[in-house]
Amino acid sequence: MTSSAFTPIAPRPAPPAPSGLGLWLQVNLWQDPTTRVTTLVLVALLLWIGVPLADWAVWSAHWQANAEVCHASGAGACWGVITEKFRIIVFGRYPFDAQWRPLLATALLLALLVASCMRIFWRPSLALLWLVVLALFAVLMGGGWWGLAPVETDLWGGLPLTLLLSSVSIVLAFPLALLLALGRRSNLPAIRSLCTVYVELVRGVPLISVLFMASFMFPLFMPEGMNIDKLVRVLAGISLFAAAYMAEVIRGGLQAIPQGQLEGAATLGLSYWQTQRLIVLPQALAMVVPGLMNNFIAIFKDTSLVTIVSLYELTGAMGLALNSDADWRPYKIEAYLFIALIYFVFCFAMSRYSQWVELQVNRGRQR
Amino acid sequence: MTEPIISFEKVNKWFGQFHVLRDIELHVAPGERIVICGPSGSGKSTLIRCINRLEVHQQGRLMVDGIELADDLKAIDTVRKNVGMVFQQFNLFPHLTVLDNLTLSPIWVGGLAKKDAEEQAMHQLARVKIAEQAHKYPLQLSGGQQQRVAIARALCLKPKIMLFDEPTSALDPEMIKEVLDVMVELAQQGITMLCVTHEMGFAKAAADRVIFMDEGQIVEQAPPHRFFEQPQTDRARDFLSKILSH
Repeated sequence: MTSSAFTPIAPRPAPPAPSGLGLWLQVNLWQDPTTRVTTLVLVALLLWIGVPLADWAVWSAHWQANAEVCHASGAGACWGVITEKFRIIVFGRYPFDAQWRPLLATALLLALLVASCMRIFWRPSLALLWLVVLALFAVLMGGGWWGLAPVETDLWGGLPLTLLLSSVSIVLAFPLALLLALGRRSNLPAIRSLCTVYVELVRGVPLISVLFMASFMFPLFMPEGMNIDKLVRVLAGISLFAAAYMAEVIRGGLQAIPQGQLEGAATLGLSYWQTQRLIVLPQALAMVVPGLMNNFIAIFKDTSLVTIVSLYELTGAMGLALNSDADWRPYKIEAYLFIALIYFVFCFAMSRYSQWVELQVNRGRQR
Repeated sequence: MTEPIISFEKVNKWFGQFHVLRDIELHVAPGERIVICGPSGSGKSTLIRCINRLEVHQQGRLMVDGIELADDLKAIDTVRKNVGMVFQQFNLFPHLTVLDNLTLSPIWVGGLAKKDAEEQAMHQLARVKIAEQAHKYPLQLSGGQQQRVAIARALCLKPKIMLFDEPTSALDPEMIKEVLDVMVELAQQGITMLCVTHEMGFAKAAADRVIFMDEGQIVEQAPPHRFFEQPQTDRARDFLSKILSH
C-alpha cells in the first residue's frame, strides 16, 4: 500500500468583515423591496408619533415653575411641576426643614447598595456593614438620638422609603427563599410539605391582601399594649411574600443540577449542607440569575403598592404632592414621567448589573 | 487467603419490582484488580455503586474494609473516605477550577490546610500527567483530560479502593488510550480496583480477575486469559463473540 504524505494547509486570516454605516443601512434597511417598504412605513409611523410628542415635550413645553403660564397656554408639557413639587415627590410627607436627613439616609443606603454589588466587598463583614448602615438610616430618618427630632415612620416617604422597602425585603427574602427551595426538595416529608404549603398559600394571595393583613389585621391579634411598627410589619409582609416567588425560581435552578453532581459530592464524603453550599447552590443560583433579577425588579416596583396602607413611597408621594394642590393637579402626566424615569434608572441599573453577574458566575462555562 | 477487603454475601437488590442484583457472592482481596463486564442492564454498575452506597441493597450482607454497610450514616461516611469513584460522565464540578475540584474534599472533609491540599492535588495531577491544566475549568478540557482529572480527584482521598464505572464509555476513541494508560499505571501500584468496562485490552493488561454478569447474577469469574480463551458458559461465549468481533 502506498502512502502519500499529509501536507497541512497553513491557517490564513479570515477575510475582513465589511463595515461602515452606509453598508449597514443598505443591508439592514434597504436590501430588498419588503425591507424598503417596512423601513418607509416605520419612518412614517415614527414621524407621526414622534413629531407631536417632541412638540409636546420640548417645543411647546413650559419650563418655569409657574402654574398660571401653563394654564393660560393649555398646550405642551408643564415641566415646572417637577421643580415645584420635587421635594414632596422625592421625600413625601417628611418634615420639610429636616429633609437633609432623608437625603443623607438615601445617600448612605445607595452607597451600601452599590458597595454590595462590588466583588471586593463580598466578604462576611458586609453583613455587619448592612447592620450599621440600616441602623444609621433608622436613626437619621426616625430621630430621637443625637438631638434629632423624632419623626414617626408614618411620615417617612418618597424615594428613601422605596429604597428601604425594596432593598431590605430582597435581603430578607433571599435566604428564606433558599431554605424554602431546599426544603421543597428535602427527603423529609414534614419539611417538604411545610415548604410546599407555604409557597402555594403565599402565591395564592395578592400582595395587596398581604399588605392589608400586615397593616390592619395583624395588630388585632397582638396582645394589649404590644405594638410593632407598621413599617416593620409591611416589610415583613413583602419579604415573606417575595420569598415564595423567589423560592420557586431557585428551585428551578436546583432541578437543573444533574444527579451526577450529587453523586460526585457524595463519593467525596461531603455532607448534605456542604454539598448544597459548595456544589449545588453555586451552580443553581448562577443558572437563575436572570429569573432572580426579574424577581428583584418586580419587588422594587411592587413596593409602590404600600400606598394603599398609607405609606407614601415614591409613587404615593407623587400622588400626594399633586392631589393636594389644585393648581398643579392637571400635570400628573409630567410627574408620572418623572418618577417613571427614576424607576427606570434603578431597574435598568439592576438589569445591567445582572448581566455582569451572569458573566462572573459563568466563567467556568466559557471556553 | 487474606481477609477480603470487600465481601458481598447473598446481596440482593430491586429497583421497584425489577430484581437487579440476585444473590451476589463476591469477595475481593486487598490489592486485587477486578474487571466487571456484561451486557447493559446486567447490574454491573449497580453492583459497584453498592460498595460506596450510592445504591442501597435490600438483602444480604455487604462488608467494606471491615465495616458493614447498613443504615448507620457514620459507617457510610467512613467507607466513602476509603473508596474513590470515577464515573462515566466524570461528574467534575464545572464551577470550580481543576485544582479546586481536587482540594474540595481534602479541605472540607479531611480538614487539610489549603496549602497542603493544593500540594497533594498537584502531586496527583502530575500522576495523571495533567498538572499544567490545574487552573483551568473542567469544561475547558477535553473528555480524556476531564476523566484524568476525575481520577486524580478520587486519588486525593487516598482511597484503599477505587471504583471505575465505565470510565471510557463517554470518550472519543483517541482519548480512551490516555485514560486507560493512567488506569494501568494505577493498577500496578497495589490499590484495590473494581472497574466496569468493556475495554478487554485493559482487562488483559491489568486485571487479576474478570467477572461476567448477566441478569443480575455473576455468571462467570476467572483470570483474564482463561476468561477470554476458554469461557465456561454459552452466555459468556456469546457476549465475547459480540464485543470482540469488531
